[in-house]
Amino acid sequence: MTGGTGNIVAPLPFPTAARRELADGQLRANLRRATHTIRDKRLRVVGEVPDWEALRRSGAAIKDDVLARMPELLEQFEAAAIAAGATVHWARDSTEACAVVTGLVQQTGSTEVVKVKSMATQEIGLNEALAEAGIAAVETDLAELIVQLADDTPSHILVPAIHYNRRQIRDIFASRMPGVDVASLTDEPAALAEAARRHLRAKFLSARVAISGANFAIAETGTLAVVESEGNGRMCLTLPETLISVVGVEKLLPTFRDLEVFLQLLPRSSTGERMNPYTSLWTGVTPGDGPQTLHIVLVDNGRTETLADPVGRQALRCIRCSACLNVCPVYERVGGHAYGSVYPGPIGAILSPQMTGPDAGANRTLPYASTLCGACFDACPVRIDIPQVLVHLRQRGVDARRGRPSAERTAMQAMSWVMRDRRRYAAALRAARRGSAPLRWVTGRRGQVRRLPWPLSAWTASRDAPLPAAETFRDWWAGRDRSTHGGGRS
Amino acid sequence: MRIALFVTCVNDLVFPGTGRAVVRILERLGHTVEFPLEQSCCGQMHANSGYRAESLPLVRGFVDTFTGYDAVVAPSGSCVAMVRDSYPRLAESDPGLAAAVTDLAPRVYELSELLVDVLGVTDVGASFPHRVTYHPTCHGLRMLRLGDRPLRLLRAVRGLDLVDLPGAQECCGFGGTFAVKNADVSAAMLTDKCTAVCDTGAAYVAAADNSCLAHIGGGLSRRNRSSPAPGVRAIHYAEILAGTGQERS
Ligand code: SF4
Repeated sequence: MTGGTGNIVAPLPFPTAARRELADGQLRANLRRATHTIRDKRLRVVGEVPDWEALRRSGAAIKDDVLARMPELLEQFEAAAIAAGATVHWARDSTEACAVVTGLVQQTGSTEVVKVKSMATQEIGLNEALAEAGIAAVETDLAELIVQLADDTPSHILVPAIHYNRRQIRDIFASRMPGVDVASLTDEPAALAEAARRHLRAKFLSARVAISGANFAIAETGTLAVVESEGNGRMCLTLPETLISVVGVEKLLPTFRDLEVFLQLLPRSSTGERMNPYTSLWTGVTPGDGPQTLHIVLVDNGRTETLADPVGRQALRCIRCSACLNVCPVYERVGGHAYGSVYPGPIGAILSPQMTGPDAGANRTLPYASTLCGACFDACPVRIDIPQVLVHLRQRGVDARRGRPSAERTAMQAMSWVMRDRRRYAAALRAARRGSAPLRWVTGRRGQVRRLPWPLSAWTASRDAPLPAAETFRDWWAGRDRSTHGGGRS
Repeated sequence: MRIALFVTCVNDLVFPGTGRAVVRILERLGHTVEFPLEQSCCGQMHANSGYRAESLPLVRGFVDTFTGYDAVVAPSGSCVAMVRDSYPRLAESDPGLAAAVTDLAPRVYELSELLVDVLGVTDVGASFPHRVTYHPTCHGLRMLRLGDRPLRLLRAVRGLDLVDLPGAQECCGFGGTFAVKNADVSAAMLTDKCTAVCDTGAAYVAAADNSCLAHIGGGLSRRNRSSPAPGVRAIHYAEILAGTGQERS
């Protein structure tokens, strides 16, 4: 077993990266507009489905079955895919996966590949690896293309360019897209789409190799599925001679019928559409039709480690719909780059540290990037209890560091010790009240303090703090008890 | 019916007025409230920050303190959610404790649940002649599913003008230690919440959780410092239902 590697390691602690992103007002405005639009749409179309809750439960149950029978289902998938004419490869981590794919492209002699939008290839850093080998990878998903042209990294699972508005996109196209007619290019969505279409059409027609991921991999039949909106993926999946599909091992579904559940859950959760415009399914190769060579690279990259945690493994049910990102108040303020991983937002906060192990880079800070507000759990089509896993990962982190000194743990232990005894607790309350009495003299209005010492200075940096009351509740109760019942207890 | 008040540690020390309000409401409705002095803290901050081992004695303490009562009421959505949602998981490793939690947790109520569901009242005979907006804190909204219970109680208050809070369902950014560990993000969320609150034109923003209110109230107080107008005040809705019409203390 190895921990996952690649673009799932946060280079900076979340609070630091978040501060950087928060400084960008334009980013925040773009994110707010985009996430609120998708989340409203999602709520509307999900509301149309009377058995939505039952569907979610089915989705979760099917995926749990996959997680319980992973080795068996993978072998079944492999056998079925080979029988249908595919070649199956296995990769333990991102380095192995990139090496396999690069080698396969090199065998074809091509120096350019077209790509279907895929999280798995982003996760393993495939474009960078191909570039190093002198192979140009052309992203054909519109948003992915924008990010690629801008030399940027995606900031959202589904809408990688969510952090740009159309004015900014127009400028990216004008300066970076080869052969674009700058003079006539406006920031109208139709004009931008037309420019991209012209640019991509040439690529589709010349490409001999395509690289895709897969939304689903059906064990029973060896079938792969890609669900998309633009149809560019289908061009890649049908025109080139060679197709290389990079698939995370958790993408399995046991049977073809299971698609019925997921093809309802996914589009409504991700784009707020009743059904996505293009669903492409392919099983091995078909002589005279479509790619004549199909390679499937099955990637582990930390998934087996994630599977080993009985609470955290539910993160592997994820179908990458991004609904949790769009409802997350933290994501809405800071965007995807703050998470430092290709899996941002609530799911990234639990998935990345599990796949890499918590000590990779700054991934240890990710489980704290949440207020535990619970909006993500409500939105998730496969019922991943993200708040529960966040707390669980925090516990794992705390337990792993029991041997090391920490001011926080000392404080937590002291508080727990005080609070588990009535007299200690009452005395502590009284002391806190008395200790704050001098503050009452010096603070301004309404018993609010403007500045507290570290670490609570983080609190008073942006809000006033309330003072302990002049009389605790239990003292009031004791006094009342005495006056009404004529006898004292305290 | 033996009703015990779990006042919560934050209320005991910082917002005792909320506890007094709960006592006043229930006594006005003809019930006797008991306050077991053994109570302290539900352990939420420990558990949510990852200190499971440190939270467990507090879970035990809570269960020992309240097991004998027919109902336990707390004026804190997040502490009640802690008992109902997290206690069963925390107690898993100890069968005796787990059984006690299973028995007790369903009888632990947030104030509006006790009033509306158990006691069957929506009009508690209060009067509060002010414009009020209500923030349905995350734990009340998504873990306890309080729904419109607090709103029904507030609508029945004499003289109270209840106005909608835009984006009410959005988190205020408190999140326990999140407010300190991710202070910048928390502050950005707080700013948006305070703006929404101020835009309603209400004199008070009410909620079912003094932790969130301390955060929102602290943000409003900071805003108010720079303006001569009185500004919006944060108040626990129990204090409105107690009918004093006075400011929180
Ligand atoms: S965790 Fe759930 S909501 Fe988030 S991307 Fe995955 S499936 Fe979608």
